[in-house]
Amino acid sequence: MKLSLGPLQYFWPRQQTLDFYRDVAAWPLDIVYLGETVCSKRRELRLQDWLMLADELAEAGKQVVLSTLALIEAESELGALRRQVQQGRYLIEANDLSAVQLCRENGVAFVAGPSLNIYNHRALAMLMQDGLMRWTAGVEQGRQLIGELRDAMRAQGEPMPELEVIGWGRLPLSFSARCFTARALDLPKDQCGFRCIEHPDGLPLATREGRSFLRINGIQIQGEEITDLGPELPELRALGVDVLRIYPQAQDGRAIVEHFDLARRCVEPPPRRGARNGYWHGGPGMGVEAP
Amino acid sequence: MQLVCPAGNLPALRVAIDAGADAVYAGFRDQTNARAFPGLNFDADELRQGIAYAHARGKQVYLALNTYPDSARLEYWEGAVDHAAELGVDAIIAAEMGVLDYACRRHPRMARHLSVQGSATTAAALKYAYERFGIARAVLPRVLSVQQVERLCQSSPVPLEVFAFGSLCIMVEGRCQLSSYVTGMSPNRHGVCSPARFVQWDEHPDASRTVRLNGVLIDRFAEHEAAGYPTVCKGRFEVGGEIFHALEEPTSLNTLELLPRLARAGVVALKIEGRQRGAAYVKAVAGTWRRAIDRYQADPARWVLDDEWQQALSAHAEGQQTTLGPYHRAWH
Repeated sequence: MKLSLGPLQYFWPRQQTLDFYRDVAAWPLDIVYLGETVCSKRRELRLQDWLMLADELAEAGKQVVLSTLALIEAESELGALRRQVQQGRYLIEANDLSAVQLCRENGVAFVAGPSLNIYNHRALAMLMQDGLMRWTAGVEQGRQLIGELRDAMRAQGEPMPELEVIGWGRLPLSFSARCFTARALDLPKDQCGFRCIEHPDGLPLATREGRSFLRINGIQIQGEEITDLGPELPELRALGVDVLRIYPQAQDGRAIVEHFDLARRCVEPPPRRGARNGYWHGGPGMGVEAP
Repeated sequence: MQLVCPAGNLPALRVAIDAGADAVYAGFRDQTNARAFPGLNFDADELRQGIAYAHARGKQVYLALNTYPDSARLEYWEGAVDHAAELGVDAIIAAEMGVLDYACRRHPRMARHLSVQGSATTAAALKYAYERFGIARAVLPRVLSVQQVERLCQSSPVPLEVFAFGSLCIMVEGRCQLSSYVTGMSPNRHGVCSPARFVQWDEHPDASRTVRLNGVLIDRFAEHEAAGYPTVCKGRFEVGGEIFHALEEPTSLNTLELLPRLARAGVVALKIEGRQRGAAYVKAVAGTWRRAIDRYQADPARWVLDDEWQQALSAHAEGQQTTLGPYHRAWH
């Protein structure tokens, strides 16, 4: 099983981001996703900076994929997406149909990111005609849905693309036109001051009785819990998962990657280190059993 | 510009047509649509009667088949598409690629509208749906500003429908898993958001009330404080030491003042949200929008916003509040 580092979902200062990915070059990862997926206003790194990092990581033996925005509103954002697709060197992670269309028009192979809605074999087969070479299952897609989809592909004589599953990290649950970080800080979005840079792991949101619940990350909402499919590795293997995705956090990145690197080479699954991913088991994502 | 109104059941459908809807949208009584609520929606016989009622008056019926079937259930959704074609609906409103592809191949003459659940916000995404599934129209997610809607009307390969009034999804439709994170049930897969069977209201000795969704405290209300339905996005939470509506207040979208701009932009249809609301809501809201559209079309240059219209709409808004929502930049 390959290990991937998912795109950085948060906004870190330029030097921290560059330093992080230069460390990543030495981590036991096969695939690295690079680029901004949440907010087009986050410009500590420009496309040429990401491409420079991509070259360095490719040189270090990683497969590099350029990730794209999940929500595209302005024509300027569509233009930036077009430049990403047309850079000509690296695969694209499409997180929206806009990226799928541009990849299709330009004959560029792509990875379907988790915010692209693929729920069945027909959708997957159609996207493969468009150039999809790897499917990252969405957060709602648990073992049963993926298993049934794979069986349906097989029954129709369709080849499965590479299958990637989110193995570690806070799940991206929703996207909005509104910036919730700016709202929490009582700032208008157009004058947000890029304040999400002050929250390298997002802004915690708790219930009124103090239970940690969600993370605010600009226009994105994540679950609070850092989900962990390590203990489910035997199931993942049985299901034919090719790639296990680890999302970057501000701390302990190397330790987590090494933990999964060891785990993928052992028959026995590792003990649970993060939170149970309830979606994987067919229930609420937050991990409790349904009543 | 068409007025497209919600029909949660046959009485609401009749009321909507009588109040001036050019088209109504409805759903089957199952998980094939995004308002799969108990006691709502149509069986085949009711829908047949509804279509006859609308067609006899020169109006249209659209059928929402806008959830995302997994592989095991795709055949059921395909059956619903066949059913829609047999019944003679004027269009289906769908989001999922397998469903759209099936409808396009099997029933090419039945119009396909891309649902708001399809999350298409750019000309490129719309072009994909147009080239792949031959959509005749797309409903835009409630995320774009009015300027962005205007530009998209220029670049879109298909005519556009936008939301005009009703409950406001704060998240990009089709891209929100807050409900399933808490309950396991989502708008995409199950056609429900924060379903009622997970909601628990408790009254306390101090006359306050709390509301939980699958055990998670969504809000607490003082005595006499207005309390809305506990979707996750409209709860009050604590962020940075303050308790507030961290995602969105309970409020409704109302774009009536933008009517001339949307008309000039070339928007072909205005959609009223609210299949879960009763016939009284549909009658008042559809009637108000009908009057506003008619007056605009009679004399666009002299159209002004009428306070009575706004009052009528506010009376039916969630929390009696309305907002221009994403159409207005300051909301973002």
